[in-house]
Amino acid sequence: MHLRTSANRTFLASLGVAALFALPAHAHAQDTTSQRGVRIGLSYALGRKPGVYIAPVSGATGDSIRAILQRDLDYGDRVTLIGIDSAGIALAPLLGNGRPSYDVFTRLGAAALVVPTVSPSGVRITLHDVGAKKVAETRDFPLAGASSSRAWRASLHAVSDAVEEWITGTRGIASTRVAFVRGGHISLVDSDGAVESVASPITPVLSPAWSPDGQRIAYSELGNAGSRIGVIDLGSGSARTLVSRGGLNITPAFSPDGATIVFSSGEDEGTDLYAVSASGGPVRRVTVGRGTDNVSPSFSPDGHRIAFTSGRSGHPEVYIMDADGTGAELLTPFSFGDQYYRSNPDWSPDGRSVAFQSQIAGQFQIMTISLRDRSVKQHTSESTNEDPSWAPDGRHLVFTSSRTGVKQLWVLDTESGRVRQLTRNGGARLAAWSPRLGAR
Amino acid sequence: MHVTPRLALLSLAAVSIVAAGACKKKPQPAPVPVVNQDSINAENARRDSIARADQARRDSLAREQARADSIARARQQMDEMMANARNTITAPVYFEFDRSELSSDDIAKLDAKIPLLNANPELRIRVAGHTDSRGSDEYNMALGQRRAASAKRYLTQHGIPTARIETVSFGEEHPAAQGTDEASMAQNRRSEFEIIAGGDNITVPQGE
Repeated sequence: MHLRTSANRTFLASLGVAALFALPAHAHAQDTTSQRGVRIGLSYALGRKPGVYIAPVSGATGDSIRAILQRDLDYGDRVTLIGIDSAGIALAPLLGNGRPSYDVFTRLGAAALVVPTVSPSGVRITLHDVGAKKVAETRDFPLAGASSSRAWRASLHAVSDAVEEWITGTRGIASTRVAFVRGGHISLVDSDGAVESVASPITPVLSPAWSPDGQRIAYSELGNAGSRIGVIDLGSGSARTLVSRGGLNITPAFSPDGATIVFSSGEDEGTDLYAVSASGGPVRRVTVGRGTDNVSPSFSPDGHRIAFTSGRSGHPEVYIMDADGTGAELLTPFSFGDQYYRSNPDWSPDGRSVAFQSQIAGQFQIMTISLRDRSVKQHTSESTNEDPSWAPDGRHLVFTSSRTGVKQLWVLDTESGRVRQLTRNGGARLAAWSPRLGAR
Repeated sequence: MHVTPRLALLSLAAVSIVAAGACKKKPQPAPVPVVNQDSINAENARRDSIARADQARRDSLAREQARADSIARARQQMDEMMANARNTITAPVYFEFDRSELSSDDIAKLDAKIPLLNANPELRIRVAGHTDSRGSDEYNMALGQRRAASAKRYLTQHGIPTARIETVSFGEEHPAAQGTDEASMAQNRRSEFEIIAGGDNITVPQGE
């Protein structure tokens, strides 16, 4: 850090001390739990991620608004939050009532200043481009519902995603939810871990799967005489049975156009993948497994291919095939791991890789395989980690981990290796990350 | 009538004199009892008759009890036979990790079910396949179905009509044992058999 003026020297020296204490250890940490609060990118990785300072917000709801925006941007993992306030040094005066001290913020590593102000209809965001020393954007966002309600929080998540897009060019994933199974029920939690709810009284169910428009969830309902594929409409809460063939009907997946649901079905001669219109009707067979098990389909984003788990080679492996069932090929290589057990593929939204779980030393770990060169990357190593599901940014994965002794959902940033715990109550498993939901 | 006190005293004295004279007379001898044998015989006969009747009643009760006991024994034997038959029909079979092939123990258990299923054509069963908690929750649903199907296939290959056997999978959702040790896991890798129709009266074939 180079200091030019003596006037700033004292201030920045104390700032540096504060920064040292506030530096968390997860800059490049692999698979470690994140710390709460904000991060400072002053002395390392400068320029890798743009630094962002979010100004304090006045008004009764100001602290909540700022905390939600800070957390959303932090969880997006694309910017470094500059937040010295918590270390005892106020940056707010440097904002200078509309004319911020851009030079100081530049030295602090800030590329952008986000200044929210509460307006009668919602919140106004002023985004300063620190390098260009000017206001880059000003926009009013409506806030729905009463403060701290789910609708209110959802509209703030939409603000976060817009801000992240302004700064990084890539829309955030704050306006998303994760569907999962807890106690036999489909449950929902916001991307930041807040506002858990039960989506449907139907129980026991497995394998929730989002429709591409984020308005429906398909699932498998277990009964004493067999299982069924059902779809719940999140708007009305109504559910209906789509498939009730004899025996097993499990692991539904929507096609990217939302028109088709592919699922696994079988009774006496193994389980195969079948396709049915998302509005119901006759089913069409997709795989010919000849008595083996073929489950857990996941579409490529263009809808032309399907990744799935098959036991056709004698043990579970991940295969990919054309969506009509032809051209199946083994995706996961045999050459690593001490157990032949790989399953639960999820095709990334950018189409470039497939996440899956692989048994290593008797425990499942989260892996990704590149579709370009078939290189495999292991992302977890602590305890058992399974059932990965991509966020719509193609960068974060939600998965089930037993590392606390109870199955809970965790979120992994596949680029930095940063991990955070998403759910904390009871057991949670079989997570499915929603598409971007907007300010619903 | 009005009686003066004096006159009352006089009458009292007269009564006393008469009474004193009577007490001085000699008492008469007590009559000698006469033995009436007929009456004794009759009484004895009456008692004997009561005793015989009591005995007869006791004998009758005992016979009744014996009959009831015999019925109860027979019923108990039948209940035991039925319970044994039910246990034979519902005895679970167990599998190796990630496998659905039947072991020789499994085949012996299935062989024991066949004559009972043949003797009771109204009997319908449901085979429920289960897995241990290792493996994928979703793939285990398919594995459980394959375990149920392999037990069903053996029975249908031995003459039991396919319509009499339903299959269902619960994957790893309903463990029989909660532990994570191998012994618990082994108990959870199973197919269970449930009677879903025709199980009120089970005909046990000869020789069973």
